[in-house]
Amino acid sequence: MAQYVLETKDLGISFGGLKAAQNVNLRVSKNQIYGLIGPNGAGKTTIFNLLTGVYKPTAGTFYLNGEELKGLSQEKINQKGIARTFQNIRLFNNMTVVRNVMVGLHNHPDFKCTIWESFFRFPRHFRSEKMMREKAKELLRIFDLEDERNNLACNLPYGKQRKLEIARALATEPKLLLLDEPAAGMNPHETEDLVKTIKFIRDKFDVTILLIEHDMKFVSGLCDEITVLNFGTVLAEGETKETLRHPEVIRAYIGG
Amino acid sequence: MRIGTFKLKHHLNYMIIAVITIVFGIISLSGGHLDSSLLFLFEKIAISIILAVSLSLVVGFLGELSLGHAGFMCVGAYISGKVASLLASSLGNGILTFIISLVVGGCVAAVCGAIIGIPALRLRGDYLAIVTLAFGEIVKSIFQNTSSESFGGAIGLSTPRYDKKYLFVFAFIIVIITLIVVQNFIRSKHGRAVTAIRDNEIAARATGINITKYKLVAFILSATFAGIAGVLYSYSNYVVQSAKFGYNYSIEILVMVVLGGMGSINGSIIAATLITFLNTKLATILTGDLAVLQNLLYAVILIIIVVYNNAPALKNFRNQYNWSKLFRKLFKSKSDPADIKDDTAKWDVVPTKIEMNEILSIDIKTQEIKDYSENGGNQ
Repeated sequence: MAQYVLETKDLGISFGGLKAAQNVNLRVSKNQIYGLIGPNGAGKTTIFNLLTGVYKPTAGTFYLNGEELKGLSQEKINQKGIARTFQNIRLFNNMTVVRNVMVGLHNHPDFKCTIWESFFRFPRHFRSEKMMREKAKELLRIFDLEDERNNLACNLPYGKQRKLEIARALATEPKLLLLDEPAAGMNPHETEDLVKTIKFIRDKFDVTILLIEHDMKFVSGLCDEITVLNFGTVLAEGETKETLRHPEVIRAYIGG
Repeated sequence: MRIGTFKLKHHLNYMIIAVITIVFGIISLSGGHLDSSLLFLFEKIAISIILAVSLSLVVGFLGELSLGHAGFMCVGAYISGKVASLLASSLGNGILTFIISLVVGGCVAAVCGAIIGIPALRLRGDYLAIVTLAFGEIVKSIFQNTSSESFGGAIGLSTPRYDKKYLFVFAFIIVIITLIVVQNFIRSKHGRAVTAIRDNEIAARATGINITKYKLVAFILSATFAGIAGVLYSYSNYVVQSAKFGYNYSIEILVMVVLGGMGSINGSIIAATLITFLNTKLATILTGDLAVLQNLLYAVILIIIVVYNNAPALKNFRNQYNWSKLFRKLFKSKSDPADIKDDTAKWDVVPTKIEMNEILSIDIKTQEIKDYSENGGNQ
């Protein structure tokens, strides 16, 4: 069991009579880039919300490195090692770029500092603040955002906001990174750039990536394996190119 | 300005208040005569500043609307008044009694903050506002209906007198302590977590911030200082009457925070000072038949300030005549050759619509600097 970073077992949730997701079994191996695709309303984001604790599953369970995380609160799940970005970007808009990332470093074991230590300005407060700022700058440098670090997050262009969201998620040092439509609203050049960035992230930060995307070129160029969802159930899964050629998948997308 | 890790900007407000305290403290203590109404005004201002700064922690930084701030103040005032009058017989009416009642008042208010906070912070926005409003009114009517031996009931609780010569100095020292605690909290990773919750609660959760903990901490901290302001109030007024702590007073504190700008401690301080000063002065100037005009004038002035600061139609006017620009014009000579040289180097970026004499003036450059500093300065 433990060879998979993420394993879901018959994961499902129903809202009243509506089964938004049922019997979803995902197996994501370490350092994989795993795609989750499907037509609109297939339940992709619902799965993400289940995995991050926004919704509590009504059926099944899921494991991160063999540890059951079902039923934990969102902040606990993040501390266990699942970080996410959102489909509609959610940044801390009235804070500067560098502070956005520093919020991500909040629970980092290297920068521990209690509230009392901050009140009375113990040396540890200054030390941890300084180290946090350095670490945040380092992360921003990777995403080519260092020059923007003192701008408000809401003033960044769209593509950079996406990058900042990923940087903030990575600051929490996740084992599994969930990206919800990272290429949405990007032009072809930016998308190409994003493919490189995501591959780089996987190697540099040693994370496993699970992503939702509609751009098939992007998915086939990036993902090692995919799962196709339709109406809350798994339609097909396996190696990317093969699965995309699966007749059921083509029917779900094109109709007929 | 930056000297090592010491930022002058971050410590300016302590310094200004410290200087005022020291100057007037020395005048008062060395026997110089200060008008008693001035001393009373100082006390009132100090109380308002503490209230505004503590409320700004919840409203401006946590982003939750609390309308029960006067309720916490009421608890602090009554409890400390009672403690002080009990202790005055045994310990004497000295500094020790004052400090003990401060601590007791603050702690009891903190406990109230926690009791109200735990269930209330599951609510959001308007609902939290209603709960806190109800809390304030409940506290008020509880103290109103006590017997005359316990908390004085409707007549009010008389509290021991304290030498007016010293009281305002203590009040300002407490203001500085409030500022230190609140600003140290805000300018730490914990304050950053609180502002993150304000900006986007869902994202803050997903980033691993313990929302309940930080909301509660901010709420309790805010309640504690409201309680301490209540202690000062009871010492300053000799008598505590519950009618004073109605929702009107809570809203007045909220007005100070909103006028000062959400999430700006210095703004809250300035607004608290101005509003208290205005209220007191209007009350002394307009007496007799003109007293009806007090509230009217007060409201008109508030409307003018809010409209001036926010109306889109006045945007150009504000940009042209604002304080920082006035300040720069006063301290910078227009014919400074260095500025003009800088401007000519930027010919290509200047939009062609602008007339020549405008290009050569320093206004464009200062505009750019202002834009940049606006983007750069968070909080």
